[in-house]
Amino acid sequence: MHTPGLWQALHERRYLRSGWPWRCALYFLTSAPLGAALLVCLLVLALAGSLLTVVLVGVPLLLMLVLAGLPVARLERRRLRLIDPAVPMADAHRDPPRTGPAAWLRTRLQERSTWRELGYALLFACLLWPLEAVIIGTVIGVSGGLVSTPLVMATAGGGEEVRVIKLWLVHSYPAAFAVALAGLLLLPLLAYPLGLLAAGRARLTRLLLDAPPEQDDVRVRELSRSRMRLVTAFEAERRRIERDLHDGAQQRLVALSMHLGLARLDAREEPLAGLLAQAHGEAQAALVELRELIRGIHPQVLTDRGLAAAVEDIADRSPVPVDLDLDLPHRFLEAVESAVYFAVCEALANVAKHSRATRAAVEARVDGGRLDVRVRDNGVGGADKAEGTGLEGVADRLSVLGGRLLVSSPSGGPTVLRVLVPCPPAPDRRLDARPVR
Amino acid sequence: MVRIVLAEDSVLLREGLVGLVERFGHQVLATVGTADELTAAVAEHDPDIVVTDVRMPPGFSDEGLRAALRLREKNPGLPVLVLSQYVQRAYAEELLDSSNGTHVGYLLKERVGHVEEFVDALQRVAAGATVVDPEVVRQLLRHRRDPLATLSPREQEVLALMAEGRSNASVAAALHISEGTVSKHFGSILTKLDLTLSDATNRRVLAVLTYLRA
Repeated sequence: MHTPGLWQALHERRYLRSGWPWRCALYFLTSAPLGAALLVCLLVLALAGSLLTVVLVGVPLLLMLVLAGLPVARLERRRLRLIDPAVPMADAHRDPPRTGPAAWLRTRLQERSTWRELGYALLFACLLWPLEAVIIGTVIGVSGGLVSTPLVMATAGGGEEVRVIKLWLVHSYPAAFAVALAGLLLLPLLAYPLGLLAAGRARLTRLLLDAPPEQDDVRVRELSRSRMRLVTAFEAERRRIERDLHDGAQQRLVALSMHLGLARLDAREEPLAGLLAQAHGEAQAALVELRELIRGIHPQVLTDRGLAAAVEDIADRSPVPVDLDLDLPHRFLEAVESAVYFAVCEALANVAKHSRATRAAVEARVDGGRLDVRVRDNGVGGADKAEGTGLEGVADRLSVLGGRLLVSSPSGGPTVLRVLVPCPPAPDRRLDARPVR
Repeated sequence: MVRIVLAEDSVLLREGLVGLVERFGHQVLATVGTADELTAAVAEHDPDIVVTDVRMPPGFSDEGLRAALRLREKNPGLPVLVLSQYVQRAYAEELLDSSNGTHVGYLLKERVGHVEEFVDALQRVAAGATVVDPEVVRQLLRHRRDPLATLSPREQEVLALMAEGRSNASVAAALHISEGTVSKHFGSILTKLDLTLSDATNRRVLAVLTYLRA
């Protein structure tokens, strides 16, 4: 199964005419300078780090050494596409649970991937690149040496004799050209071991740098699929309840209130007038409560006008003043809009209830195929998504969509909530929310 | 007497509304249940006012409102009273932005319970007035609050010091920040106060005046 592209190509006749041998050569050629540079960097970090540990400056240097695998792995994953382009490798790292460098560092140090990548970096710097340099050096040296024989004879050899790859002496031009021809014939023969070695190298890289295998677990896949189905069903159910309340109870209450209003026109005498006024008041109060309930279940403006309008609406209703900076170029999938909307609702509700903030801000933009929303306040901090707050539910809902909720809320504040969700645009939904005039 | 075309998909409410307005001596020319029928009925009857629900078939989203906006675009000055279930600034603003915002009303549906107020609103919209539900007005006002309130606390500090006649350098020194940061804050103040660049005005003076008037 590994390296299907190159592996298959090696079995086909077209291999020699394809780009594969050149890709393999290029891969090995780039290995040497990269590996050498990496070795120098690692040595400098290790040396400077251990010497300076006495004065504490060395500790961050040693930490950098430990994390050196991260950028190397990123570069190597990209470089691997040269010889193994079929399945691009996923980043093997998790997103940290909170914002800020400390959380990031803790997550990275606890991950197996970080250590595997460090292992790869050490292997690459100490063993792989010298081997690869020898391989590609041999291929280029031997074939190049043979092919260039006539040329060397004409220049360095003065047209009389030349020593072919420092082994045999050749004395005449016909012999020299024969050697060159042999060199040309040798090239395709060398292309095969080169391809084999590259395939092996690709397999090794994948083994060390690919995402951990539990993501391929059938049960996990089935679980996440069923979770997605549950959330979709949950969403549909909310919409249905909202609609039923709107078309049923709300309309009936409006009609009731209207008839009570009409009855009050005719019944001017007490005690009937008083009783009717009271009943009318109750009906109106019920209507107000029902209206708020329906809005809490599913706000119509989110469906009709999209996320930006719906967030403006909650900002309007927030008792703490909210600054908005929303840059949302298009509509998103219903599930995404809904999850993000309720995340912002929960965040602003927490701002009003717990933060003692005097000001909050919501920023939203699309960045690299992800919707990135931040809610910040200038309050006292101390929010925690594990503490049985509504934030836990928000995080669950986002994770179903492959999204994340990051919370940074040191005690003393400020609190920053960040929502990240992959957001393919929804082309079938109205892009421009406002009607054409 | 006001001649009305009424669009409302709930039969119960439709009948109730017809009874209500007829009781006050107005005439319902046609009642319809979808946005398309509404457009056709207006073309046919040429009413004094259109009363429509926001949410209508087939999509049960905001078809009624969209139909009303289209009608007003085609027949400027056609009075339209929209009955809505939502305290929703966005919808009301769209309606008020159409045809100079006259001959238009946005009322919460529950207002029809206050029969006399409702009929009064109907007559006033037909006569050219603008009627917006008090709940919605409250939301509109909250949104269009004091422009200075949109400034961050730091920006307010910067503007306050500028109003004392200080230069950027002096503001920077007073707040222990760099002059570059002061310029950045000032740029953001201008944007938030909506003071655009023109040769005829000094934006710094305008920003300070806004501060002093507040």
